[in-house]
Amino acid sequence: MADDRTFFNEMLDDAGGARSPYSRLATWLEDKPANFLTKKSRDAEMVFRRLGITFAVYGAQEATERLIPFDPIPRIISASEWRRLSAGIDQRVRALNAFMHDIYHRQEILRAGRIPADLILQNEAFLPEMAGFTPARKVYAHIIGTDLVRVSENEFYVLEDNTRTPSGVSYMMENRETMMRLFPELFQTHRVAPVEQYPELLRRTLESVAPDPSKSAQTIVLLTPGIYNSAYFEHAFLADSMGVELVEGRDLFVDAGKVFMRTTREPEQVDVIYRRIDDAFLDPLTFNPDSMLGVPGLFDAYRAGNVTICNAPGTGIADDKAIYAYVPDIIEFYTGQKPILKNVPTWNCSRADDLAYVLDNLEKIVVKEVHGSGGYGMLIGPTASKREIAEFRKVLEATPSNYIAQPTLALSACPTHVASGVAPRHVDLRPFVLIGDQVRITPGGLTRVALKKGSLVVNSSQGGGTKDTWVLED
Amino acid sequence: MLGRTASSLFWMSRYHERAQNVARLLEVAYRGAMMSHRGQEHGTHWTFALTCSGCDSDFSEKYDELNIRNVTVFLMFSKENPVSVRNSLELARNNARAVRTGITAELWEAINTTWIEFIEVNPQTITQERLPDFLAWVNQRAHLFRGALLNTILRDDGYFFSQMGNFVERTDNTARILNTQYWALLPDSDIVDDGSMERYQWSAILRALSGRRSYRFAYPNARLKAFNIAEFLILRKEMPRSLAHCYNWIADTAEELAQFYSSREPSLDLAKEIASGLSEKQMREIYHDGLHDFLTEFIGKNNQFAQQLSKDYNFA
Repeated sequence: MADDRTFFNEMLDDAGGARSPYSRLATWLEDKPANFLTKKSRDAEMVFRRLGITFAVYGAQEATERLIPFDPIPRIISASEWRRLSAGIDQRVRALNAFMHDIYHRQEILRAGRIPADLILQNEAFLPEMAGFTPARKVYAHIIGTDLVRVSENEFYVLEDNTRTPSGVSYMMENRETMMRLFPELFQTHRVAPVEQYPELLRRTLESVAPDPSKSAQTIVLLTPGIYNSAYFEHAFLADSMGVELVEGRDLFVDAGKVFMRTTREPEQVDVIYRRIDDAFLDPLTFNPDSMLGVPGLFDAYRAGNVTICNAPGTGIADDKAIYAYVPDIIEFYTGQKPILKNVPTWNCSRADDLAYVLDNLEKIVVKEVHGSGGYGMLIGPTASKREIAEFRKVLEATPSNYIAQPTLALSACPTHVASGVAPRHVDLRPFVLIGDQVRITPGGLTRVALKKGSLVVNSSQGGGTKDTWVLED
Repeated sequence: MLGRTASSLFWMSRYHERAQNVARLLEVAYRGAMMSHRGQEHGTHWTFALTCSGCDSDFSEKYDELNIRNVTVFLMFSKENPVSVRNSLELARNNARAVRTGITAELWEAINTTWIEFIEVNPQTITQERLPDFLAWVNQRAHLFRGALLNTILRDDGYFFSQMGNFVERTDNTARILNTQYWALLPDSDIVDDGSMERYQWSAILRALSGRRSYRFAYPNARLKAFNIAEFLILRKEMPRSLAHCYNWIADTAEELAQFYSSREPSLDLAKEIASGLSEKQMREIYHDGLHDFLTEFIGKNNQFAQQLSKDYNFA
């Protein structure tokens, strides 16, 4: 069990003293009555429910809208820790964008033999339709949510790059709003870097990649699959706070290679689409013909340079789990520098040697589906039962190329409000990065916390919660 | 504004109005069932609520017995009944969710809180004793919705479309109630005993349209008379649920919409035609030409207007 392992406690050092970013918070927590946090949690839950800050759970019959549990104790990152993290993220997202431009053009990295060509060309996430096309400013992934975990004082690992349509940024913002309402006194004793500028920066980023950036007013829309999507609240939230229309596929149409939205009056031409639907559903004429969510002809309008789609189609190749292992090479290849942030060592089960090792060590490691997400279809060896492992072994042996494996990381833990009081629980971190005319990283992010004792799964679909993430200013 | 947004605002208001109307019908039936009336058949009051809301045949397919429990569940909570309060509130909220960016936080919270609290209610706990309080709660929530809308929403196209939904539904509801009960409103039935079935029916119609008390002020001698009741609910502009009042409102709103967009659409002409047709009418003429035919034709025109509106403004 992860519990038996040593993990990095972000608040307390080995002697039980508070680490410096947490010193004031630790003192503040000490003299609070036992039910103080329980009451605050309840207040927060009421606010979330009334405002409709919910997510949908697939497969659940009745309550299809649930709240993500919110933990009222903030996760704190010092200014110097943040500087290093953001330098590492900046380096990584620039390299990934350069990588996508390369593989959709000259494919130098394949010619140089740094990545096996099959891994790209045979990959479902690689879109041949994108070959030869250059998006505005050569940016492919404009919005990235880099998933990080911490294992010691100075060691952060990147778990996933999320270059498709990362979600969770509305929680970063609403968690902060809620914290400011619940604990105004804490914001007087801590210099917390603000996150409220995110929607404005997002809008500026989207405007900067419009087909004709010199136009005085750009029409930007946010394309959502609709109210039944699990992240619908976030789509509405972002459209609202950017001041742009929230559209569904049926609100858009293509005429003479241009994209328009159907308004109550004349059709209005659209310059930039921040899409929150997957590649496959974007355009039934080019991709999945059964898609009801997309816009027929959209891809042609895009290739004609009349509209910008953010993130670009085909960005899934940069966060494919089989490509992940090569990201350190990708960084070196395009930037000529050593990666600042570490990659988790990864075994690729399509390779015989790797598969043999993985099968021998199933009880120690984590196995993930290459195309899976949301914590489904994975095995966490150290917490799985013998039967679960045996069943997983069969699946893995049948379709090894569907899986990668990684050592179980000792995720750091943060003080968390639980039934018995305050106790350490494992966390990860997803900062949000915007890439357009410049790279903009909002200081903070989404901290997800595994609320069950010892659990390492932080996904909200698997009972994880969220915390406000504070980056302190110097 | 997106055509779909206009459509959602229209339907958000329309379903909210419908929820309140159906709840009020149940209240009238409940009240009727509490009082005894000579010569009335068993279950008359429940039938009144079911027919006026247009789901009497759906009900008899599903239930054998006409009683308070079955009618309450069917009208309030049933997922199978398309006009149940539950379904209307859910559809109103779904439409509001679809235009989260186009409505105020106050309005969204009013709608969302109503839905959250409504679905937490276990139908089994709404016994005969608790029904009146529950209906009063639904009614208050509907007023809160409308108050939040009127007090916080910008007076732009979004406001106009939401008003259209509200009044198209309201006028449809009034016309349908009158049309299902038209036989009680024929002038022949004026000479009746106190405590008769007709008197009960008249009183129920007025209550179902929140007009029982205001009728007394509109007609100084306050005596219930078929002719006056029909006139009150069809032609009197001061009655907020009368056909004339609703169509004046719709025509004014259509005019404001035309000004807002600086273009005149066919729906405006249609609204004006219906409104002026009502304001020029006399109750005597309506009776002469046939009350039932008049109401049936009106319901058709109102539908035609709603369709024209959705065509003119690209409702999705």
